[in-house]
Amino acid sequence: MSHLERTVSALQVRFPHGVLAAVEFRGDLTLQIDSASLLAVCQYLRDEPTLAYNVLVDIGAVDYSPQEPRFALFYIVCALVHNTRLRLKVLLPGTEPVAPSITGIWPSANWPEREAFDMMGIGFDGHPDLRRILMPADWEGHPHRKDYPLGYEEVQFTFNKREIDARKKYATS
Amino acid sequence: MSQVRELETTVEELKHLFSPRAATGETMLLNLGPQHPSTHGVLRLLLELDGEEVVSCIPDVGFLHTGIEKNMEAKTFLKALVMTDRMDYLNNMGNNLTYCLAIEKLCAIEVPERAQVLRVICAELQRIASHLVWLGTSAIDLNASSILIYCFRDRERIMDLFELIGGQRMMTSYIRPGGVWRDVPAEFPEAVESFLDYLPKKLDDYERLLDKNPIYLARTIDIGIVDGDEALAWGMTGPALRGSGVNFDVRRAMPYSGYENFEFDVPLETGCDVYARYRVRMREFRESIKIIRQGLRLLKPGPFITSDRKFAPPPRAELGRSMEAVIHHFKYWTDGFPAPDGEVYVATESPRGELGCLLAGDGGPNPRRVHFRTPSFNTLQVLSWLGKGYLVADLVAIIGSIDIVLGDVDR
Repeated sequence: MSHLERTVSALQVRFPHGVLAAVEFRGDLTLQIDSASLLAVCQYLRDEPTLAYNVLVDIGAVDYSPQEPRFALFYIVCALVHNTRLRLKVLLPGTEPVAPSITGIWPSANWPEREAFDMMGIGFDGHPDLRRILMPADWEGHPHRKDYPLGYEEVQFTFNKREIDARKKYATS
Repeated sequence: MSQVRELETTVEELKHLFSPRAATGETMLLNLGPQHPSTHGVLRLLLELDGEEVVSCIPDVGFLHTGIEKNMEAKTFLKALVMTDRMDYLNNMGNNLTYCLAIEKLCAIEVPERAQVLRVICAELQRIASHLVWLGTSAIDLNASSILIYCFRDRERIMDLFELIGGQRMMTSYIRPGGVWRDVPAEFPEAVESFLDYLPKKLDDYERLLDKNPIYLARTIDIGIVDGDEALAWGMTGPALRGSGVNFDVRRAMPYSGYENFEFDVPLETGCDVYARYRVRMREFRESIKIIRQGLRLLKPGPFITSDRKFAPPPRAELGRSMEAVIHHFKYWTDGFPAPDGEVYVATESPRGELGCLLAGDGGPNPRRVHFRTPSFNTLQVLSWLGKGYLVADLVAIIGSIDIVLGDVDR
């Protein structure tokens, strides 16, 4: 039994309602996790000595618009000693997408969560410093959302802000 | 008027990140960057200083944000490839490779043997070029100024090699989904070999320049200490992590492009300081040379791109003879190819650490989402606490040692 299989069965036993699905695609396993139990799952993954997922590799946000639930967060975690990687997927609704922040478990979640907030408009409950990171602090809208227009856009400066603002389509919220 | 108000609120928003002493004026707030040569690009650091000692440091990134990930969604998989060159501008081949590996995994494309070996050779040449730039710039940050010119002179030879195979020095887009753009010219192996014969002696010289320089040693040893657990918790990868004694290299842990067929060591240092990170990279030069030499031996004649006409264009000669080839050619360059609805993640070892690509297809010819897990972005987080207690001059040494590329951070 590989470490990955062990992880999946341990999680399914421990969180029967938290683990919603296990999907394999191109040889990679993705566990769909209920956002309410994400924190507990992550804590368990890190602290259970037999699992030992000590590294958070990345957080990626995907917009599935117009599907609902609209957003997905992908958490890639790694158990370095076992050389195992696991992908967690959390689905979030289109209106007010908020996920719990896992910065308390893996500090490296700090900037990736800020990026998801900045570019996708996903909130993170309990994040210590949730500010925009790549876009300017006074930017409006979230550029990676599918309803955010791409290209052929005038650049906004102070002298033409009002004029452009009036005909600009912003992503909701 | 309104802009002044906005700026005020920004400082107000950041208040919780400074010590209370900043409000009373006991400590000084100072901007380091974004336009400062020792920040290796456009990185802004908001420093709170007590004399010359750093009390707190807030990295501010995004000055080089170009919306590459968003732009890629509007292009077909192939057309989006040219944007990856422009992300981490010292690892162009590696970016191409990561993105192509993601496409190949998503669409289940087989890559011929020769293309895989060529990819490894290119990626390792790129690693040497990137480390040369790092060596020169991080040394000049500490006032060892002559070494910069030497490093750029040697890097130029690698740029010439890339020009030979891709027609371009930096933005080659040479690695394509399914293989490489075209086969290397006949003189390529010889040109690489002569460069590999030339480099080791030069590296010894550079090493002597720095290792026997008491000022360089005093400014790097015991500066910027990150222990292994901290480094892992804060998302460090690559040479910076291996300088803290953690044995993790994507080429070893999850071999791609046939790295499992190559013999090489993963250099580890246990100093955890700026000097240890320097040692790791100096040893990685030699490992890369070893890998390229093996690659040249493994380079056997054969196809350089997949023969699946859905994912690679037909050879020019076929266009005059075969109707199917014309159709494939036309469909490939206009519509592109569709990818299944699903998500894949692949990672490669860039010169700075784990470069990952989360690629989501939607069944059509455009990606639904391309997200890059860039090593510089994740590694830079440590600067929010690593600089504390050191002098401003040491902070410059630390920035140089974690080897960030702002194009990689901001994308």
